[in-house]
Amino acid sequence: MTAAATALLSVEGLSKRFAGLQAVDAVTFAVAPGELFAIIGPNGAGKTSLFNMIAGELAPDQGAISFAGERIDGLAPDRICRRGIGRTFQLVRPFPALSVEDNVVVGALARRPAVEAARAHARDTLRRLDLFDKRFQRASTLTLPDRKRLEVARALATEPRLLLLDEVMAGLRPTETDRMIAILRELNGAGLTILLIEHVMRAVMALATRVLVLHHGAAIAQGPPQAVVRDPAVVQSYLGAEAVG
Amino acid sequence: MTAPWRDMPTRGRVLAGLLLVLLLAAPLFADRYVLSVLILVFYFAYLGQAWNLMMGLAGQLSLGHALQVGLGAYVAAMLWVYFGIGPWLGVVPAIAVAALAGTAIAWLGCRFSIEGVYFALLTIAFAEFTRIAFDHIGAAGGAGGFFVPYQAQRLGEWWNLRGGQWLFYYVGLALATGAVILTAWLKGSRLGYQWLAVREDQQAARALGIDVLAAKMKAALISSAMTAVGGVFYAFYYDSLFPAQVFGIGRSIELILAPIVGGLGTVFGPVVGAFILTPLGELLAAAVEKLGVDAPGAKALFYGLTLMAIIVLRPDGVWPWLARICGLAGRRAGDQS
Repeated sequence: MTAAATALLSVEGLSKRFAGLQAVDAVTFAVAPGELFAIIGPNGAGKTSLFNMIAGELAPDQGAISFAGERIDGLAPDRICRRGIGRTFQLVRPFPALSVEDNVVVGALARRPAVEAARAHARDTLRRLDLFDKRFQRASTLTLPDRKRLEVARALATEPRLLLLDEVMAGLRPTETDRMIAILRELNGAGLTILLIEHVMRAVMALATRVLVLHHGAAIAQGPPQAVVRDPAVVQSYLGAEAVG
Repeated sequence: MTAPWRDMPTRGRVLAGLLLVLLLAAPLFADRYVLSVLILVFYFAYLGQAWNLMMGLAGQLSLGHALQVGLGAYVAAMLWVYFGIGPWLGVVPAIAVAALAGTAIAWLGCRFSIEGVYFALLTIAFAEFTRIAFDHIGAAGGAGGFFVPYQAQRLGEWWNLRGGQWLFYYVGLALATGAVILTAWLKGSRLGYQWLAVREDQQAARALGIDVLAAKMKAALISSAMTAVGGVFYAFYYDSLFPAQVFGIGRSIELILAPIVGGLGTVFGPVVGAFILTPLGELLAAAVEKLGVDAPGAKALFYGLTLMAIIVLRPDGVWPWLARICGLAGRRAGDQS
């Protein structure tokens, strides 16, 4: 109970059903301020449904989501953003015809009504994500690693207290993955709470303070990454022999 | 200052200033025919700008903007004829009626998730309903038309939009210039960025805290209000309104050509487009008439061919290309001025 009371994000008994498929089944967890919390699980485990309920894209059938002590389940995505939760999309969705800078300005305007202040903040954010030199390029001309970082920059520019990242490592080469890991570590080190949905186990092991494992919509394990990957249930259902060690 | 103007190199500002001075002085040396063409240029630049706000910036495709033109025109003309309320005052209810209609349609579109071409069909449908309704409204003259009577003794009443060509020339120029300034200002504003985000990707816009419904409604409201003012201008310039002409889909299409040809979503595109299309269309009509050829569809055919050529050669419109080769473009890539 105390964990939930001090948590930045707390999810309790959350369930979602799609026509006969229990996508998310009574999942409970809490993310403390400053944590880097990862959710892993095989394809179809319900990670994205869970993510979309937190981000407001889906309304849960049952359960509660609280952010900073207030219920947010069922709120629209724009209101959730204004409460202080930023998100990325698994399939990156930059505004293609806008410049890299203007993409981030849109995010920055969430908290700064003055365009010039938003632009200054956008430039600071672009520097943190190594995109400053590309700020005048059209977003549609960026490579995938750059788009992934733009996606993070845009969400970050809304100055979230919690950043939801949906498979930001997917499709990246190892060097790019390391670059992203370094960026996320730096952001987290600066005090940002991060909730990560990730398939790339190397990134999860390197970054996460705690891990939640989903399988068929239900949480089958929760704890520090080193403990979770040795959990027999996790090994059997998800990781298989190859991932351990 | 507004972003597109500030980002524009000095050369561009000087050119824009020169063009404005030239247009301000034009009635001193240009003949009546040239002025009448320029009035049409201003009219289409203005309406194009109004439509451009909704489609070019906010991504909401309306193919029924004749509805707002017509409502603005009829409301102001009827208030003048029946109650003697002049257009400078009548423009207020004209804006209110057209803005109400425009936002109601936008709301229906949002409420029932009617988007893209389906939204365009919805706008056409409302314009057509209204055309048919006005065919049967006796007080508005029905299909036979509604006329603002010619009163020689009122010709000097510029405050009632009663006057000669110079009056409409300068009012048209003021409207077109004002629309450019308004668009430039809006585009560089917070709302402008929200519109661009909604145009590009609604779901991503929402995730960045943007109230998509509110952004769309504001776009419809401002665009409809501006369009209604164009309708008031139309009513008092032509002095006659026929439902088939005012609300017809041809009118809706006509007013979107300038921004498409000039450059959707750009500040100067609708102006450039109007300067290209209107004089060419008028010249063609004059040439056809002079040759004595009976070809009523010539202008439409010409517009169609021009549109096809532009879409093939300059899919982003003439202005972004022109700005690039003349060094007039700002540095904000992807969205030149």
